[in-house]
Amino acid sequence: MKKNAESAWPDEVHALLKAAGVRQVAIVPDAGHARLIKLCEKDRSMRVVRLTTEEEGVALLAGAWLGGEKGVLLMQSSGVGNCINMLSLPLACQFPLLMLVTMRGDHGEFNPSQIPMGNATQAVLEALGVIVKRAERAEDVPEMVSGALRLAFNTYRPIALLIGQRVLGAKDFRKLTQSVPQ
Amino acid sequence: MSKLLRRREVVEELLAERGNLLVIGGLGAPAWDITHAGDHDLNFPLWGAMGGAAMIGLGVALAQPKKKVLVLTGDGEMLMGLGALATIAVQRPRNLYIVVLDNERYGETGQQETHTGHGVDLAGMAKAAGFAHALGVRTQADVSRLKKRIYSGEGALFAQVKVDPERLPLVLPPREGSHLKNRFRAALLGPDALQQ
Repeated sequence: MKKNAESAWPDEVHALLKAAGVRQVAIVPDAGHARLIKLCEKDRSMRVVRLTTEEEGVALLAGAWLGGEKGVLLMQSSGVGNCINMLSLPLACQFPLLMLVTMRGDHGEFNPSQIPMGNATQAVLEALGVIVKRAERAEDVPEMVSGALRLAFNTYRPIALLIGQRVLGAKDFRKLTQSVPQ
Repeated sequence: MSKLLRRREVVEELLAERGNLLVIGGLGAPAWDITHAGDHDLNFPLWGAMGGAAMIGLGVALAQPKKKVLVLTGDGEMLMGLGALATIAVQRPRNLYIVVLDNERYGETGQQETHTGHGVDLAGMAKAAGFAHALGVRTQADVSRLKKRIYSGEGALFAQVKVDPERLPLVLPPREGSHLKNRFRAALLGPDALQQ
């Protein structure tokens, strides 16, 4: 059962985004979002927009809403740091903005450089006034995404859903020195 | 007497008979310029979000492929979000036009110099990123050609317009963000958009 939830949440999240009418999917890739990104790329009703930095996505999705479309921003927690000033746009103008943030610098992290931003992600977002929700178990992710979608688009504000590293599994750098999975 | 183009004359010309053109104004002088030309429900002037104007334009352009979207912004604002040139070029939006009013200064903060006065060629960067059209604009004749390309030609187009670093009285648009957002959406999508 647990195994199923672990592998199935990206499919359920994709279905939820589609049902909500999400058209623009702004991404800076993260391993934790890999399957969801693939599903969105295959979906002809969605436009995946690769970014050079996450703040571009905040601006893009403000434009999407001005033009009558919904979007979602997929990024890892380090990217939250890149978004900070640009978040004044959805906050000052009450733009709906759904951010699905896969965590690094969290449960079982190997890389010391991921800790400062990962550990500060929630506090920094909340300091700005962004509502933050966390999912720490794979089976909770779809329900949390469903709630975050409604919160963002019904109440016109930026919402960040943090998907914990416990859900995703920490990257094992030492193992990757032995062999690279294909 | 400088022979450089004057920013408000350029903007007035580009926005005269604008029809359904959707306009994003970068923070600072470009926001004052588009307001000087005539405040409009289909203007979205920025009061912040530095580095984001072109990306907002992309979001609108992808959502409204049948409408033309013009981003008018400054050199300092564009320099803060140069990655957007790559992101936009890859999306190839045929209805997006980005015009940088380049006075080689951070005008709002005391006329400090920007990189564009030191050899950085924004139009060259847009071309290298893959914009379908990227041009430098220096003369009145260039402005007329630019206007024709915006209204009659396809994008994605990037234009770097060298303008006089003159200091001008501010012409302020409304500054309440929800108001600016809602009036734009209602004018573009109809009053029902505010019920969504």
